[in-house]
Amino acid sequence: MTGEREADTLERDFQHTVDADQRIEPRDWMPDGYRRTLVRQIAQHAHSEIIGMQPEGNWITRAPSLRRKAILLAKVQDEAGHGLYLYAATETLGAAREDLTQKLLVGKQKYSSIFNYPTLTFADVGVIGWLVDGAAICNQVPLCRTSYGPYARAMIRICKEESFHQRQGYELLMTMMGGTDEQRAMVQDAVNRWWWPSLMMFGPPDDASPNTEQSMRWRIKRHTNDELRQKFVDMTVPQAEKLGVTLPDPELRWNAERGHYDFGAPDWDEFWQVVKGNGPCNAQRVAHRNRAHEEGAWVREAAAAYAEKRARGLDRLAQQQLATGGVA
Amino acid sequence: MSFDNAYEALVEPGTTDEAHWAFGTGFADQMTGVDRAVPSDADAGNLAAYCLMLADDALVFSQRLSEWCANSPELEEDVALANIALDLLGQARLLLARAAEVAPEVRPAAAPAHVPDEDALAYFRDERDFRNVRMVEQEIGDFAVTIARLLLFSSWRLALFQRLATSRDPVLAAVAAKGCKELAYHRDHAVQWTLRLGDGTDYSHERMRAGLARVWPFQPELFTPTPVELRLAEQGIAVDPADVRSEVDNVVDTVFGAAGLERPQLPELSPVAGHAGRDGIHTELMGYLLAEMQHLARSHPQAVW
Repeated sequence: MTGEREADTLERDFQHTVDADQRIEPRDWMPDGYRRTLVRQIAQHAHSEIIGMQPEGNWITRAPSLRRKAILLAKVQDEAGHGLYLYAATETLGAAREDLTQKLLVGKQKYSSIFNYPTLTFADVGVIGWLVDGAAICNQVPLCRTSYGPYARAMIRICKEESFHQRQGYELLMTMMGGTDEQRAMVQDAVNRWWWPSLMMFGPPDDASPNTEQSMRWRIKRHTNDELRQKFVDMTVPQAEKLGVTLPDPELRWNAERGHYDFGAPDWDEFWQVVKGNGPCNAQRVAHRNRAHEEGAWVREAAAAYAEKRARGLDRLAQQQLATGGVA
Repeated sequence: MSFDNAYEALVEPGTTDEAHWAFGTGFADQMTGVDRAVPSDADAGNLAAYCLMLADDALVFSQRLSEWCANSPELEEDVALANIALDLLGQARLLLARAAEVAPEVRPAAAPAHVPDEDALAYFRDERDFRNVRMVEQEIGDFAVTIARLLLFSSWRLALFQRLATSRDPVLAAVAAKGCKELAYHRDHAVQWTLRLGDGTDYSHERMRAGLARVWPFQPELFTPTPVELRLAEQGIAVDPADVRSEVDNVVDTVFGAAGLERPQLPELSPVAGHAGRDGIHTELMGYLLAEMQHLARSHPQAVW
């Protein structure tokens, strides 16, 4: 029974640390469920960064000015970097990047459903920056204070870069709105297509989100889905007004009593359809990742074989030097 | 910006610094303070044509390299190749702007007045007016083709830029000096991968050998000078590319030796009636590359981006 008592103490100490808003670090004891939840959540975030490279990368070769091309290429590059930090954070929890990648490739782990929508015009690049990165920021800023140290620290850097992307997206839209009628129509069309999927990024409503309560107790999560969604709408409406676009929600209006905007419900049936794999681009995105991974296999194998040869060579050299009393 | 609240970036006071959006904060513009006067004995048309050659090599290769984004064998490689593409795009932008600055007539008539020079040249020129070597417009190919091309191109361009850093045109000299640091990294990246692929597995060795064979016939064009280059080289403004041949051969042979690869014994790709990339005579692939790159800008010529 000593073991059980010990486990109780460990769990109590853990919750105490979390409640005191202190960080859990890789070598600290943590409940298995906490570790599993974190690995799942961080991996899903990493996968989202990697899959998210596709819809925006779609426009790199067609960007209509060299400055926009440079901005977009740098942004998509940042996303690869975010994926790398996040996979590294999961490795501090004992996960392996290779294993997580495999789970993404076979569809055992998810990524943000928003990336299963197509980017149809260059305005989509701006709207993704403004709305999708904006929603990501709302979700992620509280994660800078999440209870797991390596995740929190990765999120600080990621949030800074995401904020930058959001501004770049908004600036592109502002520029386009100051251009031709066709450009303004392009922006409005993109807003119409991305608004509801952006609201869905916060996940299902609180009463249909079974994991929220435990994640909040562990302080992995600090706000509910609906709280974050509201915050996003409140933040975005004035920006839409300044931009001169209409958000496609007839129920959207200021509620002075609540001090918040009221808004309509996203089409949750569509949300679940896309989550289940039936979105416009689910199959395409995963097939793309699989193809890139398979086509790169021989390169990764070559790098591993080369590294091993070098290591063996160095070992041999060291042994020779030991045998002859030579120095390196 | 504090480390606790990423929202602060959203409410930072607006900046009028354009580079802020394109390249992030805290980067000094390395072209600030560079004398932009054209050397008095230089022919502006020749100088602009030379800038276009160097610009188009970088622009077109950057366009190809950016195709790797989200397609490469490792995430690290997505980052690295995008970085190289960005460096080359940066070099192209400076050189295109310089071409139009010294000889405004190079600006295509089809480009509306509000379009910046760099975009007028990138998006509104026709294929025949692009001056890049044919090597850079070839299809992306597999990873070995990419590395083979990066090895040859960056070794050549680095050798060229090291000499160009003392050009009598102060802008070319500044662009080259900045470019040397970038190209040294590109070459290093290509060398490391040539070693890994050449001396990795039997299969990677074979793929690398095939990759080199794919790009090798385009290599002599890098060292073939045009009359414009020869005239400007005599004035100490340009570099005669034939002068860097032995240095590049040295680099490449050293790398091949370490990677267990052999110099391909393949003939040069013939020009067309004596004309090649520098004269605006390209391969069939160039038209598709430009169609993709230019279509949006040309579909909305009055648009602002």
